Amino acid sequence: MKAVITVTGKDAVGIIAKVANTCSEHCANIVDISQSVLSDYFAMIMLVDIDKLNIPFANFVDILAELGKKSGLVIQAMHEDIFSAMHTI
Amino acid sequence: MLNTADILETISMIREENLDIRTITMGISLLDCASEDADRFADKIYDKITKTAEKLVITGENIEKEYGIPIINKRVAVTPISLCGGNFSPEGYLKAAKALDRAAKTLGINFIGGFGALVHKGMTKKDEAFLSIIPQALAETDFVCSSVNVATTKAGINMDAVAKMGDIIKEAAYLTRDKESIGCAKFVVFANVPEDNPFMAGAFHGVGEGEAVVSVGVSGPGVVASAIKRAGHCNFSELADIIKKTAFKITRVGQLVAFEASRRLGVPFGIVDLSLAPTPAIGDSVAHILENMGLERCGAHGTTAALALLNDAVKKGGVMASSHVGGLSGAFIPVSEDAGMIDAVSCGALSIEKLEAMTAVCSVGLDMIVIPGDTPAEVICGIIADEISIGVANTKTTAVRVIPAYGKKEGEIVNFGGLLGYAPVIKLNENSPAEFISRGGRIPAPIHSLKN
Repeated sequence: MKAVITVTGKDAVGIIAKVANTCSEHCANIVDISQSVLSDYFAMIMLVDIDKLNIPFANFVDILAELGKKSGLVIQAMHEDIFSAMHTI
Repeated sequence: MLNTADILETISMIREENLDIRTITMGISLLDCASEDADRFADKIYDKITKTAEKLVITGENIEKEYGIPIINKRVAVTPISLCGGNFSPEGYLKAAKALDRAAKTLGINFIGGFGALVHKGMTKKDEAFLSIIPQALAETDFVCSSVNVATTKAGINMDAVAKMGDIIKEAAYLTRDKESIGCAKFVVFANVPEDNPFMAGAFHGVGEGEAVVSVGVSGPGVVASAIKRAGHCNFSELADIIKKTAFKITRVGQLVAFEASRRLGVPFGIVDLSLAPTPAIGDSVAHILENMGLERCGAHGTTAALALLNDAVKKGGVMASSHVGGLSGAFIPVSEDAGMIDAVSCGALSIEKLEAMTAVCSVGLDMIVIPGDTPAEVICGIIADEISIGVANTKTTAVRVIPAYGKKEGEIVNFGGLLGYAPVIKLNENSPAEFISRGGRIPAPIHSLKN
C-alpha cells in the first residue's frame, strides 16, 4: 500500500529533510518525490510505501499534520486509493 | 500510476471546492425488538442500536483521516418505529423516540432517522397513535428525525394522512417555537419514499433490508460548479459531459468510502446515493451551479431546464462509478441549506411555485422552505398534496419539509444554525384549499401504475 504526502507552503531550508526524517522514523519508504518552487511557494508530492509502517496510518497522518503546523506548512498524507479510485476506471 | 495533475485535482476538489462525503448512514433493523411493553421496547432498541453502531463514528473518523476526505455526518437509520413496536399508546411511542435520542447521544452521531410511518394506502390504529405523538417527539428530542410516506404511484395518495400532516407540522412548529420552530426541520412527508436513503430527515431502514447495512451519500456541488465555470461558454452536450465526468469522480470517492466503511464495520454495503447536497457555505451551492450554466439568478425562466440537465447528467456520470446506486440520487434544492437559493428567495427571483416546478425534475421536493407562521394547516396540506402529486404522477420520490416558523412573517429571516442554515420566510398563495383537503379518502393511483 502506498500513500501520497503533499507539502505546501512558503519555501524554507530543510523541508524535505524534515518530512523524510519523519518517514524514516516510522518506516515509511519513500518511492518517488516531485517538488517545485514557484517564486517563494514550495510544493512537494511524495509517494511513500506504508506496508511496513510501525504505527497505524491514521496516527502517521496526524504526526505529519503536526509537523506541518510547527513548520508553517500544510502537510497531508492521504491513502493512494482515493486518487486511483477517482482517476482510473 | 498516479500523476501529479490527478493528485492536485483531487486535493483542490477537497480543499477549495468543498468535496466531501455528506454522510455515512448505518441502517439497522429493529424488527426483532418488538415487545408489547413500551419500556421494554425502548430498552431493546437502545441496546441494539448502540451495540450495532458502536464503531460507526470512530470508523468514519479513521476513514476521513486516512483518505483525507471530510465525512460530514455519521448517522443511523432504523426500521420505521410505527412498524416494530407493540400496540402502544402515543406515550409508548414517545418513550421509543427518547430511546432513539439517547442512543444517538451515546454513539455521538449527528442524526437518527426512522421515527416514521408508512401510511400511503391507509392507517392502522397503531399508525394513528404514532402520528399523534410526532410533534411532541420532535420537540422533546434533539437528534430524532421523522418521516411519513403518504402516497405511492401504486397506491395513490392517502388524503386522510395528508390532512393530518398539516396539523402535525403546525403543532411541531408551535412546540419548538422558542427554537425557530426547528422541530419541522426534522420532519418530512414523502411520496414514493426510498427505503435505503441515507439522507435526513427522511432516512429509514426499509422492511426489505437486512439486519444492518452501510450506505453513503456523496456531495460536491462546489466541484460541479467550478468545473462548469472553467469550461466557459460550451454547448449543452459539452456541458452534460463535464457534469458526467465530475459526477463520476465524486461518486468513485463515495464508493471507496462506502466499501471501506462496510469492510471495517463488518456490515454489508447498501448503496451510494448520487446526490448533490448543498450546504449554506459559500462554494457549496446547487443554485450556483445553475447560475454558472448561464442563469442570472436561480429561479429565472430556464431554471427547470438547467436543473433537469444537471440532475440527469449527475446520475449518468455517477451510475457507472458505483456498484449499487440508490436512495434519492439527484440534485437537492433545499432553500435554507443553499447560499444561492437563500439569495434567490431573498431577492424575489425564486418563488415557491418555481421550486415546485423544479422538484418535478430533481430529487427530492420542497425542502427546508420557511413559510409564514400563521399559515393555516389546510394550506400546508395543499402544498403537500401538490408536491406529492408530482411524485405520484411521475413515478418518482417527492417530499415536503416546510417550516411554518412561529410568529414569523413573509420576508423575515429565520436562522436554524449549522448545516440547516437560514432562510427568509417565503410568500405563499393565501387562497384556501380547505374544502378540497377535507373531502377525505384516497386520490386513486394514476393509470400508468398499472404496469403488470
